[in-house]
Amino acid sequence: MKPAPFAYVRAGSLDDAFALLAEHGDDARILAGGQSLMATLNMRLSAPEVLVDINRIDGLAGIEETGDALRIGAMTRHVDVEESPAVATHAPLIAAAMDHIAHPAIRNRGTFGGSIAFADPAAELPACAVALGATMHIAGKSGTRDVAAADFFEGLYETAIRPGEILTAVSVPKITAGWKSGFLELARRHGDYAIIGLCAHVDLDGGTFGDANLVFFNAGDRPVSAPETAALLKGQTWSDDLADRLAASLKDELDPPDDLNADGPMRKHLAGVLVKRTLGPMAGE
Amino acid sequence: MNEQNTGRWILDRPNSYIGRSVPRPNAPRLAEGRGTFVDDIDLKRMVHATFVRSPYAHARIKSINVEAARALPGVVAVVTPQELAKIHDPWVGVLTHLEGLKSAPQHALPLEKATWQGEAIVAIAAETRAIAEDAAALVDIDWEVLPVVAEAETATDDNTLVIHEELGDNLAWQRKADFGDIDAAYADADHIVEDTFVFGRHTGVCLESRGLVSEFEPSEEQLTVWHNNQCPHMIQNILADKFRLEEHRVRVITRDVGGSFGIKVHTYADEIATVGLSILLKRPVKYIADRLESFVGDIHARDHRVKGKIAVRNDGTITAFEIDDLTGIGPYSMYPRTSGIEANQVVNMIGGPYDFDNYRAVANVVYQNKAMMCQYRAVGHPIKCAVTEGLVDKAARTLGMDPVAFRQKNFHRDDSYPKKSAQGMPFENLSHEECMSKILDAIDYDALKSERDALRDKGVYRGIGFASFIEVTNPSAMFYGVGGARISAQDGATMRLDAKGNVFVSTGATEQGQGMEAVISQVAATSVGVSPDRLKIITGDTEHTPYGGGTWGSRAAGIGGEAVAQAGRQLRVQILDAAAAMLQEDAATLDIRNGVVVDSDTGNERIGLDEIGRICYYRPDTLPDGFQAELVATRHYVPRKFPFAFTNGVQASYLEVDTETGFITLLNHWCVEDCGTVINPLLVDEQIRGGVVQGLGGALWEECLYDDQGQMLNANMADYLVPMAAELPDIDCGHAVSPTEDSDLGAKGAGEAGTCGAPAAVMNALNDALSPFDARLTSMPFTPKKVLTALGRI
Amino acid sequence: MDKHTDITVTVNGETVTRRIEARTNLVDFLRYELQLTGSHVGCEHGVCGACTVRMDGRIVRGCLTLAAQADGAEVWTIEGVSETGEIRDLQDAFVERNALQCGFCTPGMLLTLAELMDKHPDAGRDEIREFISGNFCRCTGYQAIVDAVEIARGSKTEKGAAS
Repeated sequence: MKPAPFAYVRAGSLDDAFALLAEHGDDARILAGGQSLMATLNMRLSAPEVLVDINRIDGLAGIEETGDALRIGAMTRHVDVEESPAVATHAPLIAAAMDHIAHPAIRNRGTFGGSIAFADPAAELPACAVALGATMHIAGKSGTRDVAAADFFEGLYETAIRPGEILTAVSVPKITAGWKSGFLELARRHGDYAIIGLCAHVDLDGGTFGDANLVFFNAGDRPVSAPETAALLKGQTWSDDLADRLAASLKDELDPPDDLNADGPMRKHLAGVLVKRTLGPMAGE
Repeated sequence: MNEQNTGRWILDRPNSYIGRSVPRPNAPRLAEGRGTFVDDIDLKRMVHATFVRSPYAHARIKSINVEAARALPGVVAVVTPQELAKIHDPWVGVLTHLEGLKSAPQHALPLEKATWQGEAIVAIAAETRAIAEDAAALVDIDWEVLPVVAEAETATDDNTLVIHEELGDNLAWQRKADFGDIDAAYADADHIVEDTFVFGRHTGVCLESRGLVSEFEPSEEQLTVWHNNQCPHMIQNILADKFRLEEHRVRVITRDVGGSFGIKVHTYADEIATVGLSILLKRPVKYIADRLESFVGDIHARDHRVKGKIAVRNDGTITAFEIDDLTGIGPYSMYPRTSGIEANQVVNMIGGPYDFDNYRAVANVVYQNKAMMCQYRAVGHPIKCAVTEGLVDKAARTLGMDPVAFRQKNFHRDDSYPKKSAQGMPFENLSHEECMSKILDAIDYDALKSERDALRDKGVYRGIGFASFIEVTNPSAMFYGVGGARISAQDGATMRLDAKGNVFVSTGATEQGQGMEAVISQVAATSVGVSPDRLKIITGDTEHTPYGGGTWGSRAAGIGGEAVAQAGRQLRVQILDAAAAMLQEDAATLDIRNGVVVDSDTGNERIGLDEIGRICYYRPDTLPDGFQAELVATRHYVPRKFPFAFTNGVQASYLEVDTETGFITLLNHWCVEDCGTVINPLLVDEQIRGGVVQGLGGALWEECLYDDQGQMLNANMADYLVPMAAELPDIDCGHAVSPTEDSDLGAKGAGEAGTCGAPAAVMNALNDALSPFDARLTSMPFTPKKVLTALGRI
Repeated sequence: MDKHTDITVTVNGETVTRRIEARTNLVDFLRYELQLTGSHVGCEHGVCGACTVRMDGRIVRGCLTLAAQADGAEVWTIEGVSETGEIRDLQDAFVERNALQCGFCTPGMLLTLAELMDKHPDAGRDEIREFISGNFCRCTGYQAIVDAVEIARGSKTEKGAAS
């Protein structure tokens, strides 16, 4: 289908964008990579009056090292994150996730910040952000503020970004010694949204687990952390028995949705398989 | 110079192109993006159509308000069902040879009610497609929602609403078959093995969607339609008939078609409505179904539940098959080929490869409030093959026999033809034994079994599955014509020598990407005696080709090609008559080779075809008195000895099941196929590969999912899963060759065999992989959820 | 608000300026405004890849990119890269190996493969399949396409060697 008619404006700066968003309120949508938005508009699932294109705003793209973190500009294209040596070195979880995001042509236009802001519960990057304890940098007319990833995702396609605000960057703490990341998703076809996926970021010092973040995607209306299950890892070394206990714990801790590909019980079962297949190899088993 | 001595003149021609993997002459153009698909056509003052479609599966139309839509700037027309009905006649999708098949009359836009979600109700024409869609959103329809018939199993229950009251019930057709004495066979059998097989409804998803540009010139009442349909002559007849026009003033043109696979062989209400718009507006109207419309507007196929039984003796002999097939179609039988043919094929072909005498079947075709259903690549064959081969495997397992040995024991012997199947299908010559023997070599069966077994011990679950099959091709008039359909089973070719020694070849067969133009050029070049670059192939235009059937039922090479072979031979005779007159020689001593008339026995060149053209066209004054050169020849062909050219083959699948996730990985796939004379080996193999992948789609991924209100839940490309490159194996192709005697070429069809056998091979491999678990799956597609459920993991 | 916009875009080396409805996507702009019908429309959801074109050096979905976003950009379509001869080896390999049947997916597939061959010149068969996993082909089953890449690479890296 073709979209319903809309007006199109390019924001030349953040202030420009804020003014346009303030002027048009609910009638406006931000156009970044457009890979999610345009598909929605092409099906007439949504009909905004105005699109505010932020692709020409300077300073929103790029990856820079800021001490202990990587600051990834919101307009950084997925392909640039995928090909970034800094990301490969300092955020291997994200590097592992990137080639699961759709397909090359989509990654050439889709943006890191766009995926975070769109907050599809089946998407990889929101779960990565939560697993890594990232910080979202949000800007608005009244200034800038930071929101921790754990607090950022509020519901189905809902985030802490308020009307009139724009996500400008995401800071991801660099991986530190002793920590390892594991990423695994199960999708019907390469590049599809996963039936369920796992971002694991764990402190694994000499084979004994310490703190751990286990964050699932497509297991709820937002990235789903499993802290109770993660706590079972503390002080343990890997074993089949541990794997079984983790799987059992996940069946209690998770409450995943039903959809065309899988129901809740199937997702719970698969969560246990993901944990086993991610942590086992991490521990050198 | 390749010299053969097969006894078939066309294969024995010097410099024969038959059997060569010649690249397609139309491929470079397509590789440069210079195709002309129907959406590439742009005419003066052309408008764009779309439709308001029913959001409900079953709802009465109480009123339609089009005022706001008509008033939108850029809208040219908004046409209601009543307005359109004035200029066309409805149609009924029945054929007399499917006795008892009943269907309600269907108009292009329904007058009373919508009977499936997505049915086109109001037609809109506007300056752009986008504006037409804006207008569609402004049409206000007042609906009375009705109860929905969304389940085949209960469609004919007493308390289920009858969709078309005048028909009395929702039973479209019932077919019963009874051959031999099955009750005696059951009494005598050592085992009666049963199973129930379910096939998920799926659809073609041609990358280029359906579409047409229709132009009506009112002063001559000349209708011209550019249509990406497979059968231009059939469409010509239907449009003339339904719009009350003279058939010779209806012209249907097919240019490049972006895949069809049977989806574009049918008559669609929204396409008829588009033609109607063009007649009302007297301006060209273009309609291209978009992807969302295609999912609910294209025909679906393969929605079957089959209960099957096989009777066997302890020594491994099959004595009987029986099936009870239930298929849930849409609310009408599709026109003009009917929605009964798929079930008919299932009933006719169960057990095909095997020698047994006792067979009973009942097939019930029932109406539902879902998208219409009709022929799609391999029509019914994937179902009959999976049922047959699934029962065969289960019986083999019950008897403790190797599944290959069990098949080999029961095949019709390769030297036992001609013979008839248990259902009376006449088989001219098949090669099940040879094909099986070849595939066992190709897969290295013993080594593969060893590998599978060794891995099984390590907890890696792989399976090997086979599917022997028979596929109908080259259909005669027995398929449709006998039932009253104006669908031509014959085909014609006209060949003409031009003034420069080139040859124009005009054929009633059509091209959708399978390489028909290449095959035609190879046959034409061979039969006349020129190289293919001297040819110009003309197809897809009812004004410029002989009356033909188009392409369907894998008929283009076997039927279209044969007409070309005959026409080329006749043209050669006529050219040689002219050469003989010029050279004062006996025509019988001459031949045409590589564009030159030669002495047959020595090969000495005598006169070029360009020179013959020059003299005949410009210097006829130099020809002998009383001699008139005739440089055009037309021949037609239809198979007469056998109603169908049955082909056969076998496929094998090797796959691995991840028993923790339910995911299936296809490791390898093989096919050995016998399509008679192979005109272009590369193209045949690629037809097999493409067909296999469509079959794999139905086996693992594709399903049109409906809720109990007849709403399709996954009508988009993200949720309806088609096979993509990363999940597919390479496919190994081999051949046996059993030419048909019904033509000089001996070519049978090859387009559908891949799709026929692939799902069965995968099912059998899956169940082989799961055999240590006492788990068995017979419901396609085999999703991870179904695998995990069968394994008791969830 | 006015629902039109002005754009200036260089397509296949030629700069054009047009006033268009803002909602016009890039592939419709190419097909209807510029009559460059070699790029095709298959789904309008960004899934099938038939609309794939090259914008500022990278393949993009023509159905998910607004023509307005191509303002100031350099766009190459199948027509352009055919004329420059950039993908001649790949096109020849496609024809030789019959890696196209109906031809509808082919322009998008070729542009995608051109990017693959540029970025991953040593991609193995699995990697090739993954890279084209966003290009739907209903006709070939993909194997011939993978073969054609290997053929094209062979003829590129070993001049004069039989492929």
